[in-house]
Amino acid sequence: MPSLFSFTPQEILETIRMIQFENLDIRTITLGISLRDCAAANIEETCRRVYEKITRLAAKLVSVGDEVAAQYGIPIVNKRIAVTPIAQVGEPSHEEDLTPLAKALDQAAAAVGINFIGGFSALVHKGFTKGDRALFNSLPEALATTERVCASINVATTKAGMNMDAISELGHLIKETARLTAAQGGLGCAKLVTFCNAPEDNPFMAGAFHGPGEPEVVLNVGISGPGAVLAALRQYPEADLGQLATIIKNTAFKVTRMGELVGREVSKRLEVPFGIVDLSLAPTNAQGDSVAEILEAIGLERCGSHGTTAALAMLNDAVKKGGAMASSYVGGLSGAFIPVSEDNGMIRAVQEGALSLEKLEAMTAVCSVGLDMFAIPGDTPAEVIAAIIADEAAIGMINNKTTAVRVIPVPGKKPGDMVEFGGLLGRAPVMAVNPFSPAAMIRRGGRLPAPLQALGN
Amino acid sequence: MVKADDRAIITVLGRDRVGILAGITGVLAAAGVNILDISQTILQEFFTMIMIVDLRGNTLTLSTLQEQLRAKGASLGVQVTIQRADVFKFMHRI
Repeated sequence: MPSLFSFTPQEILETIRMIQFENLDIRTITLGISLRDCAAANIEETCRRVYEKITRLAAKLVSVGDEVAAQYGIPIVNKRIAVTPIAQVGEPSHEEDLTPLAKALDQAAAAVGINFIGGFSALVHKGFTKGDRALFNSLPEALATTERVCASINVATTKAGMNMDAISELGHLIKETARLTAAQGGLGCAKLVTFCNAPEDNPFMAGAFHGPGEPEVVLNVGISGPGAVLAALRQYPEADLGQLATIIKNTAFKVTRMGELVGREVSKRLEVPFGIVDLSLAPTNAQGDSVAEILEAIGLERCGSHGTTAALAMLNDAVKKGGAMASSYVGGLSGAFIPVSEDNGMIRAVQEGALSLEKLEAMTAVCSVGLDMFAIPGDTPAEVIAAIIADEAAIGMINNKTTAVRVIPVPGKKPGDMVEFGGLLGRAPVMAVNPFSPAAMIRRGGRLPAPLQALGN
Repeated sequence: MVKADDRAIITVLGRDRVGILAGITGVLAAAGVNILDISQTILQEFFTMIMIVDLRGNTLTLSTLQEQLRAKGASLGVQVTIQRADVFKFMHRI
């Protein structure tokens, strides 16, 4: 083709192949909205202001997203909203139950046509304010009585240490949420993320919230692309691991460029500042759109075998290196996601006995974001759930990284059973937990002191 | 000089048959869209045609043109997409 065009036919074909055959898409455009100015002395007024502000600022989010997707020919799978942690918004009302605010968020999300809104959240890594306490009290009810609202709790940071009282309490709240949503397999728990070092600008659900350092309103983008990485790797069965890292970097670069382009265009049309691109490999249950299958394409018989942690470390690092070149502003979680229920390769690995909860935990030490969307037996004691969260938070705290837990104790199910969540949340095999009890440690409570890594000044 | 903003890439994917080029170019001609370049190849067993077009003479909105191309493609048994050209440039270059 003539030199008038600054790209080659091969590049056009590559782009088309990635979109048409390899599930390349923009996973989410997430509008962050500050609700700080909505906090009022009574909760009805707060709810009214929250609903009004969200529906006003996000009125065009879906239509603009669809318009840009059509013009650029790249699917934008989800349009979502993240708001100021509701514990802070609800606090001035002095209410002990913030469920009405969850309902206001749910209604606002429905009104603007989005499937999830994040930010029913509290940051309690060092302790509770009155608003945080009220949010904790309302969690199970809020998750059980709303459809679109996602909750997150930050229980630990490298700088502050770990709030073991909050972690202990979450063990009980997660079980209660599962009980209230037992008819849907404990689905409420799929909308609750427990974080260590939570990012303030993460566009991905269920952990998205609009952090205290964020502007009034901002647009963040989450990319996808396991399918594109998998297809690229399969073309080079003989390459050594260093060459594989380069191939992954090249692919991550291209995927991220799409995120940057789409994000900037959407933010321009919405007249909202552009925040960050989150460079994550986010799997789905679509054929070939699997992080586990990437690890297997690198040369593991099954995800979860010995060698999985090393392969994942390389993958995660290469994704970041390629993506960091492609975007001026990288943020959020940025890394490979390994949710069990949303990745067909992970599901298979668990079903075949290749992947245990312990190995999954080891994998989270080298990638974002943590133990995600996994099911355990419904009769798992609250202290065990708290201990799972504590272990994961410790990995994040010591390694200066974000870790998270999204666990579903499925009522009435035992190891080996399957649970169906439907839609984006997929299906999960119930995994066995260690039968020995950590209860005495969890009951001690208190705070785990900030580690030596916190003393960096 | 045609600016990047004025250009779009049309891709046609499907089984090769008589009349694809005529059908697609007919829609473009009626809309006043000038074709700058055409190439064709095979991509993962599919017949693939790529056109670079100049949208400056386009009398329709991009979404209407998109819809007309999609409908024509459906009647020919092929998938037709039109995308703004900056997608391709942006993906491969900083």
